[in-house]
Amino acid sequence: MTDDVAITVTDVRKRFRLYDERNQSLKAAIMRGRRARYREFVALAGVSLDVPKGTTLGLIGANGSGKSTLLKCIARIIRPDQGRIEVEGKVSALLELGAGFHPELSGRENVYLNGAILGLSRSELDEAFPQIVAFSGLDEEFIDAPVKNYSSGMYVRLGFSVAINVNPDVLLVDEVLAVGDEGFQQKCNEKFADLRRSGKTIVVVSHALNNVRSLCDVCVWLDHGVVKAMGPAGEVIDAYISESHDGRVDAAGTGHHWGSGEVTIERVELLGPDGHPTSKARTGDDVTVRVVVRSNQPIAKPVFTVSVHTVEGLLVTSPNSKEGGVVPDELDGTVSADLALGPLRLLPGTYDLSVTVRDYSMAQVFDSHDRCLRFDVDPGTPHESFGGIVTLGGRWSVENL
Amino acid sequence: MSSIRELTSSRELFLNLTLRELRSKYKRSVLGWTWSLLNPLATMAIFTVVFSQLLKITPDPGDPSGLDVFALFLLCGLLPWNYLSNSMNGGAQTLVINANLVKKVYFPRETLVAANTASWLFSLAIEMAVLSVALLAVGNMVLPWLPMVIVLIAIETVFVLGVALLLASLNVYFRDTQHLLGILLQLWFYATPIVYPMKQVREHLSPGMLRLYEANPMVEYVGAFRNVLYDLRMPSAGTMAYLVVSAVVVFALGYVVFGRLEPRLAEEL
Repeated sequence: MTDDVAITVTDVRKRFRLYDERNQSLKAAIMRGRRARYREFVALAGVSLDVPKGTTLGLIGANGSGKSTLLKCIARIIRPDQGRIEVEGKVSALLELGAGFHPELSGRENVYLNGAILGLSRSELDEAFPQIVAFSGLDEEFIDAPVKNYSSGMYVRLGFSVAINVNPDVLLVDEVLAVGDEGFQQKCNEKFADLRRSGKTIVVVSHALNNVRSLCDVCVWLDHGVVKAMGPAGEVIDAYISESHDGRVDAAGTGHHWGSGEVTIERVELLGPDGHPTSKARTGDDVTVRVVVRSNQPIAKPVFTVSVHTVEGLLVTSPNSKEGGVVPDELDGTVSADLALGPLRLLPGTYDLSVTVRDYSMAQVFDSHDRCLRFDVDPGTPHESFGGIVTLGGRWSVENL
Repeated sequence: MSSIRELTSSRELFLNLTLRELRSKYKRSVLGWTWSLLNPLATMAIFTVVFSQLLKITPDPGDPSGLDVFALFLLCGLLPWNYLSNSMNGGAQTLVINANLVKKVYFPRETLVAANTASWLFSLAIEMAVLSVALLAVGNMVLPWLPMVIVLIAIETVFVLGVALLLASLNVYFRDTQHLLGILLQLWFYATPIVYPMKQVREHLSPGMLRLYEANPMVEYVGAFRNVLYDLRMPSAGTMAYLVVSAVVVFALGYVVFGRLEPRLAEEL
């Protein structure tokens, strides 16, 4: 291992046993002549990678692709069947916050216990203790109370605080970035930035691709236990998003459907630049949302609303035709309403469309389809690979002063 | 694999885990630590009534001490036994109870087993201190023999650790272990001269059976502790040799089995 490499993974393989009948009993073992029938599941099928010192590396991939297994192997919790892993320096793994906290013991006792589990000596802990408590934001009165009396937020914050103040050379993080309230989040992000600045090596496993994008320098994409791509975070994540969209079964039409029924929404389509319905677009494409509705009686001045949500449920935009200045005097029979979105401002990700038809006062809902169309946005122009939901289409200019 | 640094840091961890066991053992009980003395005292009272008063078991007086108190005779054997049985029960379950820790953090897993045994060692030390005071009160001058008691406890600790390591790792793979253990411990208890004297065993067993009976290392432990505390004399050299050899063999067995099963613990839990 050369000096500037923090983690070397060489051809690591790991199989798990999936027990068909998992009764860990001696009787069953004797009756069958062996312990239990099991099938093998290959979690890692030969992974090799080097993580240079000071790198923040993101591990991405679908569920079951082997990310967490690889992280646990690096943390030495699981031993690989084959291959070698060398890690330079002290490792701290944030796999579960507050693992090993004893509910009956006080916060103080648990900090010392957890610190020792993470490899700190008594004197190191004495030194770090005030910092740990300060970082967790716990009140003095709570630190000597049993942790079972803590709120779940306090519990997790204290656990995070111990793990991150261990001052590791290599920090392994598994989906635990999103803890605590807004203020604590902010502190965590600053702490991560500090760690990066001071040249620590960080490995992050996460499904929150935007987080990974903004946090990591390098990404490794695992697919069925092998490295599918490795390189600059933005590129790997874009490639991953494009491919995972291709293979997905469309979840459209699963949303809630309600309204008084004078008007029915027949269908909702996303039209691509070529005018054909699609469930996939790229940033910058000219796309149109087409809503086809039908009424059996004349309806005066109907108002259409189209909402765009991220799959996580964040409302991105919700324009309606009344504010858009287009309200037909009367709706009768089948009508198609188009919302041209121009060059698409959404950044890569997955989004849901919801459509509502109301009367002019907006008080009565004739028909509403919640989450009736799911579509994916792939990387296009403008290209922004550092996270976010929309592009504002800004233009740069730099000049000497 | 285990560098010096890992050893020193696992020493810290061992101390912390032991403290956790001790602190949490009697949390939220009004009597707290008093329980660790009340338990053996209650057992002593029950056994004394049943075996001494009702079943009329009468051990010979201590030789050369001349001491003749059934309750003290009993305790000299019961305390080393409790140390073994508590460590076996606790050791068998410690990995399963701490599954969350084993699955989420890396540290040398044998520290959990060692910490559990250490917490019972601490209880034993307190109980032995109280027993010594009681023995002194009835005129048994045990003070010069205390270093020998410490030697015996040290040898027994090696033995107990071996058994606990074996059970801890087996129980992860076969949860039957902890249930089987209840039966095993009962059998072992009555196959050891704790509530009755060795004299009666010699009277009733055939020479072949006697040899089998005496293969039980706990027979020798109880005999040796009684020699030192009750009779006030040195155990025989043969007994000491047997204790040391059996402790080393059992420890080696436990250590090897634990080492073989350890790599997959996090997956099997």
